[in-house]
Amino acid sequence: MIPLHYYLILAAILFIIGMIGVLVRRNFLTVLMSIELMLNAVNINFVAFAHYMDSMTGRIFVFFIMTVAAAEAAIGLAILISAYRNTGTTFVDEISSMKG
Amino acid sequence: MILNLLFFYFAAVIVISALFVIIKRNAFHSAVALLVTLIHIAGIFILLNSEFLAAVQILVYAGAILVMIIFVLMFLNVTQRYRMFNRQKFIAFLMGIILVGEVLYVISVSAIKGPKGDFSIAKIMSEGNTQAIGRILYTDYLFPFEVASIILLVAMIGAIVLAKKEPQ
Repeated sequence: MIPLHYYLILAAILFIIGMIGVLVRRNFLTVLMSIELMLNAVNINFVAFAHYMDSMTGRIFVFFIMTVAAAEAAIGLAILISAYRNTGTTFVDEISSMKG
Repeated sequence: MILNLLFFYFAAVIVISALFVIIKRNAFHSAVALLVTLIHIAGIFILLNSEFLAAVQILVYAGAILVMIIFVLMFLNVTQRYRMFNRQKFIAFLMGIILVGEVLYVISVSAIKGPKGDFSIAKIMSEGNTQAIGRILYTDYLFPFEVASIILLVAMIGAIVLAKKEPQ
């Protein structure tokens, strides 16, 4: 039987890798992929707790997170296409027209 | 024993390919590394006795979201000669390492206790994984289910409106 802590440590490392990816990468597509990594880390936490606490609620919530992740990816990519059409770049630090 | 070996295999591949997602220069390589990560997360779900979620993970993430990302990637045709990282990369990596240490410390000192639910492994196996999830989803969580369908509808309309060409 694998202890619950192993799953929590795996999810924490995966979440922080995704967080670093969001902070450091310039390409907007890679930033979106890093957000998917963070959402998957949360999913691992939910399923691990549901398994060890004999519950079904965590597994249900993973469905809703997947729904929101799909919606977020679709909207994010549409915004990216629109921004690329208007500015000609996909780098997050060059799309800075609202910067003071 | 074999479960332990499988867990460490899945965990190692997840962490290494997640690192490849954020350090590969070519965004297409990042997408393929993300695919490997997502499929191995489905393996973790199977270890956690959630076979239906593993199937949904492969269908939704590896099937839908990743195909959408690769489609946009080829549509935009980003050149490979560019600066990869933002200016705040050093402080971001430093904060990430500090945060890993903090989280590992908190997890190692915390004791996880709580009341057990009534879905033990034996009960889920006797009822069937998919049946158990479906019964809960359509009784106790019916309202969030409807809200999720509204979210998908809004995302569909929003994506069409945002990506449409402006009328001249």
